[in-house]
Amino acid sequence: MTEFFLAAAGLIVATVAAGLAMILRGPTDIERLMSLQVLGTGGIAALLLIAFATQVPGVDDVALGLALLAPFAAIAFANMLRAEDLVSDDRDTAS
Amino acid sequence: MTTLANIVCIACISGGLFFFLAGTAGLLRFPDALSRLHALAKADNLGLGLVAIGLMFRANTLLVAMKLILIWLLVLVSGSLTAQLIAARVRRVRK
Repeated sequence: MTEFFLAAAGLIVATVAAGLAMILRGPTDIERLMSLQVLGTGGIAALLLIAFATQVPGVDDVALGLALLAPFAAIAFANMLRAEDLVSDDRDTAS
Repeated sequence: MTTLANIVCIACISGGLFFFLAGTAGLLRFPDALSRLHALAKADNLGLGLVAIGLMFRANTLLVAMKLILIWLLVLVSGSLTAQLIAARVRRVRK
């Protein structure tokens, strides 16, 4: 069972790595943000599998921490894009 | 009984792996931002949920099982929230 969990964790990490190709490919920042979200979800799943495979105490708490903190990057980024939109709106109405 | 639990556990985790693969394939192959978001927001959260359910069969204590449920609920809430934020940005860019 340990081997199965570790193999599953490896496969998820490989899948996430493939998804990270989106950061290079773009075409816009929104796609890059999406691949960051894949990294968050996949990282949590891989950490949980590793926690159960190795039985090291505390690894599942790391997964819990990642689950708590992962959305903040996406929320902050969406806020930044919104602020840029508002600035460009102001320019449109001024000109 | 243990064999049956192991079989269900392996089936759930394999299903989770499939959904992670499907989510990344959708992210890489779908043509525009909204359909990519659709692939990622649903498939990845379902994949994590199946992995968590599979691991629940291996949980020794109730606390660990509750922690798995808590992590999944956190990811569901944050996933739907960030998906809404990203979709709002995509709409905005299209206009």
